[in-house]
Amino acid sequence: MRSYERWIQFILFVCAITAVLTVLVIAFFIFKEGLPVMLEKGVLSFVANSHWAPLSGSFGIRNMIIGSIQVTLGAIILGVPIGLACAVYLAEIAGKRLSKTIRSGIELLAGIPSVVYGFFGLSVLVPFLRAHFTGNGFSVLAGSIILAIMILPTVVSISETSIRSVPKEYKSGSLALGASHWQTIYRVIIPAARSGIVASVILGMGRAIGETMAVIMVTGNVTTMAKSVFDPVRTLTGNIAIEMGYAAGDHRSALFATGVVLFVFIMILNLMATYFSRKVGEIK
Amino acid sequence: MTGKNLNQRIAFVLLKFAAFATVFILVIIISYILINGFKYVSLDFLTQKSYRMGREGGIFPFIITTVYATVVSIAIAAPIGVGASIYLTEYSREGRIIELIRFCTETLAGIPSIIYGLFGFVFFVIFMGLGWSILSGGLTLACMVLPTIVRTSEEAIKTVPVSYREGSLALGATRWQTIVKVVLPSSIPGIITGIILSIGRAIGETAAVILTVGSSLSIPASVMQPGRTMAVHLYILTMEGLSNEKAFATATVLIFFVVIINYAANRMVGLIRR
Repeated sequence: MRSYERWIQFILFVCAITAVLTVLVIAFFIFKEGLPVMLEKGVLSFVANSHWAPLSGSFGIRNMIIGSIQVTLGAIILGVPIGLACAVYLAEIAGKRLSKTIRSGIELLAGIPSVVYGFFGLSVLVPFLRAHFTGNGFSVLAGSIILAIMILPTVVSISETSIRSVPKEYKSGSLALGASHWQTIYRVIIPAARSGIVASVILGMGRAIGETMAVIMVTGNVTTMAKSVFDPVRTLTGNIAIEMGYAAGDHRSALFATGVVLFVFIMILNLMATYFSRKVGEIK
Repeated sequence: MTGKNLNQRIAFVLLKFAAFATVFILVIIISYILINGFKYVSLDFLTQKSYRMGREGGIFPFIITTVYATVVSIAIAAPIGVGASIYLTEYSREGRIIELIRFCTETLAGIPSIIYGLFGFVFFVIFMGLGWSILSGGLTLACMVLPTIVRTSEEAIKTVPVSYREGSLALGATRWQTIVKVVLPSSIPGIITGIILSIGRAIGETAAVILTVGSSLSIPASVMQPGRTMAVHLYILTMEGLSNEKAFATATVLIFFVVIINYAANRMVGLIRR
């Protein structure tokens, strides 16, 4: 009896440790493929050089790094205010039934595949931008708008949770002092929930910077740097996805190196998000 | 009206506007695709093979590939994920290793799908020699959905009252017997919700799948063969400008799957609350 219980515990432990092994194997293989070309050309030149001409052996991903940052910032600027406002409305103002309906809408938004977002962007947003603004529609702005929609569920759900976890006494204390409900929300509740809100924004950034399909369908993917929001742009993810189909040798290795840079970005964002969501508990 | 109240009124109108805008965007996207695509979805479209690179015919092979890859990924990820969540809740809740496991689970959830694609390509397709195949894609997807399953199962198991376990242990049941006979039955709806959400993610995934399953047009005869999922098909139709009509129809079918999956997950959550 005893030994069989032990075996089960061991098997379950192996299941639990799978996540750790998977992370290690992923990191190992991405770095193993990407690092050689990076070290050969020099990490700094790979990251800071703006010339990407893989067929003639020139690998510089500066413009893609900037491109990823541009569309991500755009998505944050457009998406976070709406997402945060939505979270406040759901947590503080809407009735139970209404907030339940809105929440299930947001869950559905999270479930729509990224390729469908891209398809929608390509057939509605890009022609709209082409008709009403300069450029051909494939742009930083198109990418930012689509990503802003895609990060909404992340921003709303995590912000809402952190707003709801603010102790009730804070609210009743503020109301008892004569503050209005709105004053209480922006002077007391939002500041108290700020760690969770920051975590939601960081996770939204992670989602935006890692998003691939929707972005490459609407941003135009040129390797030059975008000078305005109406210019086309290529992101790190786009660089990998577009060229992976035909790349070989050093070129393929350079795409894995692009993956290494993306991986490092994501790890930094994840660590920051973990730091801020730990702090959520400390408020109480 | 005092300034304080006026401010509040304006602020609340804006907040309400943001919330309804979010729902409005959802309605616009879904209705735009359904209105333009529904007329092209027919029985033939769902049951025929694809001709001329997807310009004509249906998406039957792609439905099969999608289902295959999803089933493989869930068959691998569900037992491991549920096992992991049992370990994390029933056997050990604290300590360095547990912290590491939790951190890595979070990390897995944050890794972008294109990185999974690169990894799946270099590890499963090339290193393990599985080639572009349903199995390579299924294994890659399994890594992707693992954190979802672990987290939702953990939440579900945590909600089982301690008194249930104590009762079972007091009656002389072993730890494992308690888990199988008492803890798991009470947390099944939550576990299934996690699995349903993972199915949704696997069906819609594109970047990771295109690099591991490939984009072959034929019906895969076994898990060792390549194929093309619906999401990949939609991507190729759109990016290569092959057929707008077929793209809309494929997007409609995908949306249809997503809505059903969401409905099922919501029903399950309803069951838990009861």
